[in-house]
Amino acid sequence: MTLLRHLIAALVAGAVIWALSVQLNAFRDFQMAEIAVYVVAIAGLSLLIGLSGQISLGQGAFMAIGAYTAALLMLHLNWPLWAVFPASAAVTALAGAVVGLAAARLSGPYLAGATLMLAVALPSLASQFPGVFGGDQGLSVTVIAPAALGATFPPTRWLAWVCALAALITLVILANLGRSRVGRNWRAIRDDPIAAALSGLNVGALRVLAFIVSAACAGLAGAMLAITTSLVSPGSFTLSLSIALLAGAVLGGLGTLTGALWGALVIVLVPTYVTDVATSHGLSGGVAANIPIAAYGVVLIIVMLVFPYGIQGGLRRLAGQFLPTSPTRPGSPGQRAPAGEHAEDLDSPYRRPPVSEHQEEGTS
Amino acid sequence: MNKSHRLRLPVIAAAVTASLVAAGCGSSSSSGSGGSGGGAAASAPGITSTQILIGSHQPLTGPAAPGYSEIAPAANAYFQYVNAHGGVYGRKIKYTYLDDGYDPSKTVSVVHQLVLQDNVFSIFNGLGTPTHLAVVKYLNSTKVPDLFIASGCDCWNNPAAYPYSFGWQLDYVREGKILGAYIKQHFAGKKIGYFYQNDEFGQDGVKGLDFEIPQSQVVSRQTYVPTNVNIGPAVAALKAAGAQVVVSFAIPAFNALFKLASLKLSFNPTLVASNVGTDPITLGGLLEAFAKKGGAKVNGNQLTQSIITDGYLPTLGDGSNSWIALFKKVHDTYDAKAPFDGNVLYGEAVGYTFVQAMLKAGKNPTRAGVVKAIEGGLPQGASVAPYDYSATDHGGMMGAFIGVIKNGAIIQQGPVWTTDTTPTGPVTQFSGSQPAAPASGMP
Amino acid sequence: MNEFLQFTLGGVSFGMVYAAIALSLVLIWRGTRILNYSQGAMAVLTTYIALTVINHTGSYWAGFVIALAAGLVLGAVIERVVIRPVENRPPLNAVVVTIGLLVLIEGIAGIIYGGQYRSFPAAFSVTGLHAGSVTLGISRNDVFVAAAVLVVALALAAMFRYTSAGLRLRAAAFNAYAARLLGVRVGRVLTLGWALAGLIGALAGLLVSPATFLYPSSMDSIFVLGFTAAVIGGLDSPVGAIVGGLILGVVLNYVGGYLGSNLVPIFGLIALVAVLMIRPSGLFSVTHGRQV
Repeated sequence: MTLLRHLIAALVAGAVIWALSVQLNAFRDFQMAEIAVYVVAIAGLSLLIGLSGQISLGQGAFMAIGAYTAALLMLHLNWPLWAVFPASAAVTALAGAVVGLAAARLSGPYLAGATLMLAVALPSLASQFPGVFGGDQGLSVTVIAPAALGATFPPTRWLAWVCALAALITLVILANLGRSRVGRNWRAIRDDPIAAALSGLNVGALRVLAFIVSAACAGLAGAMLAITTSLVSPGSFTLSLSIALLAGAVLGGLGTLTGALWGALVIVLVPTYVTDVATSHGLSGGVAANIPIAAYGVVLIIVMLVFPYGIQGGLRRLAGQFLPTSPTRPGSPGQRAPAGEHAEDLDSPYRRPPVSEHQEEGTS
Repeated sequence: MNKSHRLRLPVIAAAVTASLVAAGCGSSSSSGSGGSGGGAAASAPGITSTQILIGSHQPLTGPAAPGYSEIAPAANAYFQYVNAHGGVYGRKIKYTYLDDGYDPSKTVSVVHQLVLQDNVFSIFNGLGTPTHLAVVKYLNSTKVPDLFIASGCDCWNNPAAYPYSFGWQLDYVREGKILGAYIKQHFAGKKIGYFYQNDEFGQDGVKGLDFEIPQSQVVSRQTYVPTNVNIGPAVAALKAAGAQVVVSFAIPAFNALFKLASLKLSFNPTLVASNVGTDPITLGGLLEAFAKKGGAKVNGNQLTQSIITDGYLPTLGDGSNSWIALFKKVHDTYDAKAPFDGNVLYGEAVGYTFVQAMLKAGKNPTRAGVVKAIEGGLPQGASVAPYDYSATDHGGMMGAFIGVIKNGAIIQQGPVWTTDTTPTGPVTQFSGSQPAAPASGMP
Repeated sequence: MNEFLQFTLGGVSFGMVYAAIALSLVLIWRGTRILNYSQGAMAVLTTYIALTVINHTGSYWAGFVIALAAGLVLGAVIERVVIRPVENRPPLNAVVVTIGLLVLIEGIAGIIYGGQYRSFPAAFSVTGLHAGSVTLGISRNDVFVAAAVLVVALALAAMFRYTSAGLRLRAAAFNAYAARLLGVRVGRVLTLGWALAGLIGALAGLLVSPATFLYPSSMDSIFVLGFTAAVIGGLDSPVGAIVGGLILGVVLNYVGGYLGSNLVPIFGLIALVAVLMIRPSGLFSVTHGRQV
């Protein structure tokens, strides 16, 4: 039943996207492809942080692995797209397994620190082995729309279709995963690892699995990025990318797939919109270029202060105020959430852990 | 199941629709001639009866912004000068340059915006090698002129693969050969060390150096990456190898760091540096704090004294040069806030070349037409050596002079040298001379 | 051998700057359980303020003192205005807020001061020192950098141990509820903690900017390595911050010297992973019992 519901939702969304891609101009098609890339990457990260409770600042590094895999497969082995995407996801999933194993014992800020360093260090491998990875100039990737569509078919529309399809398939898989036993187990180890272990769950294995899934998403997103930008180089995978993905995940609403869409929209559309506004007011290049940056920072801060549960969380609360409620089940989206804490929402990644961390220290 | 699940489906679909439509309507078109609604008699996209619209991708923020962010405003200043003096056959040039933060993914995004949404006539002076590599194939496949790329890579000089792309500045291999020939002549028998950026800029430069300098003389090759300012170990290695002359292909910040590290290690080689990193105003500015305060007994200008470099545009200090006079006048009128330094000179000079190309393309320019116009050859403008544009060569400038920094200005030493990018092509003296700038300031 | 000596001493200089950043991160972590990703950006802003003062008055030390004061004020204001609302919210919100601060402050710096590299003066001479005929590879300024960080760290330790403000800080960090019950104004104490962290960060910016030049994102890579140093030393341990910073600075200098500049981030990652594999909470952490 769940699968059917998700498939129907995906079909509807797909139809809407198809209609839009035909209606809007070629540049909007390109933006749709970009948005699809970020939706996939953020969805994976949101799952990792929101469902399994592990924070990662290295999602950008996994995207790099997927992108370079895709580029190498297409350049040297001439693989077609439908093979390249799953292959990139698989290779990155392997990397995710390695990182997940190493990270299984780390908690909170220590995991953040390790993944931060990963995001910083990994791109420099491309410059270290320029023969394989093309160094700073990168590897170039070409994608042509199939001849069956005709010679005048806009190439960006083909990109939009391919990326949107990949994104929808990924979202359906993630939605099912979230509602399955694995998803429930993840929530269990997020909320209370000790109780979960006592009930027989393998906490370490579940953590690694979450890393694997999240990395696979990032790898797929990286492959999608490779074909959209047609060049894979280390300059595209700086720490700023990982930070933007994290911000997008939290802004959108952790643990929710619609939240991934909001986050992707913010990342792709807000900076260009603010630049347009700034330059149309005649501000000079240097100042105008810094205004979107400052504005981006302000948006992050204000949204976090006003919508502590992200945009999706805020929307749910609003919907809860207006839509008919279901009678008894606590924590369902229809019920009016108490102002402030989500303490009773069993589904929420924002439940406070039961024991205060402050009580344990003894260091001077 | 409860109602909320049934609601989720249409909610998602509606959300997707609404957001994409909002994206479509909400973002105003960039400061351009308004998307696809050109209207007036257009011989080509971006051309109306009153305006020529061109676009560029520039690093206005991010790691490459210092210095390079001055180039586009300077080119724009020259365009404003031209617009105020009749424009190009009555059309004003509108120059839209968007920030890509030196991130190739962003470059692709802004170039798609410029081409697909703003319908620019041509991309002009796209800056950066990794960034421009991301869009060069796209521009050529969509037949958008890609003029005077701001990068010294010789990869743009490929008329077979990239018929619409043109370089402009002296490429790094040629520069390496010219510097190398000078070193071979004046520092025979000395120990040479290389200090270069670990990317295509440094590697191409070193390629050129190696075509000229005998391998036996090179005792150490040290690289740096722009993300790591701690170059002390590299300089220590150069000192340990006994280098008496150090050839540098580095950006100004790293030449300054090299000087500071040398001070710390009491290392005093002769420094021969690529023009990219030796603008005396920028370099002096980076070192000035160590001159004024800090107790060091060194003077900022003292630190840049005697650096040997090359130049493909006239030197800033040369007040008698008609090009410097023209560009200074334009700068003071339209771009006065920026310091009149090498980046501003570069921007105005390449702007001048663009206007030359558009004038040659005629009263009803087309995209293919401007390409043909450039391939027919462009007269030598502000550059010290001629351009080599032809149907088989899209490279740009052919040569440079050697100069020495004295008291904060580059003084030319000897003639202008020209060469090619092959391993054995000779470095020959240029026998012509630079034409004077036009009195009207328009080509 | 000479090279080795130069690499070691050079590494100490950068290492002390990483230690200073690490120390400020530890201070904030212990007090508010928040990782301040904007620590480097705050330092950039205070250093710009110092540069403005130095250019106007011609005195380095005036700029130095004002920058430190600005760091105090900036830390306090940020805590009170932006961080206080998220202190009791899910921890990731604080992460996003401090990242937002980082972006905002760098954007503001870019707008006010522009993106170009500025030269920042050093407090003392930058010419190299010699021991007899051996070039040591450090300058008087490097000695000042190391001394300044040590002095501040010791002053901080003394403050924690011997003053009542320090006692209140420690109490609030150890158990906020109990401290409140005993009359400690926890809110004010947290603000003080952030203010001190702002001061130390400002010092780090002043000390390192001569070597990195000053531009809006000049402290980004320093922050990453300072963060790594804090994690290596253990986020709860100020001693760990100093030790972690020194170790990281020296080791990375050896890597840069013997193996090449490009490998530095990779070895930073290797060092971090190596330490965390052995001690998952850092070198100087105390193992926690599991709560059931």
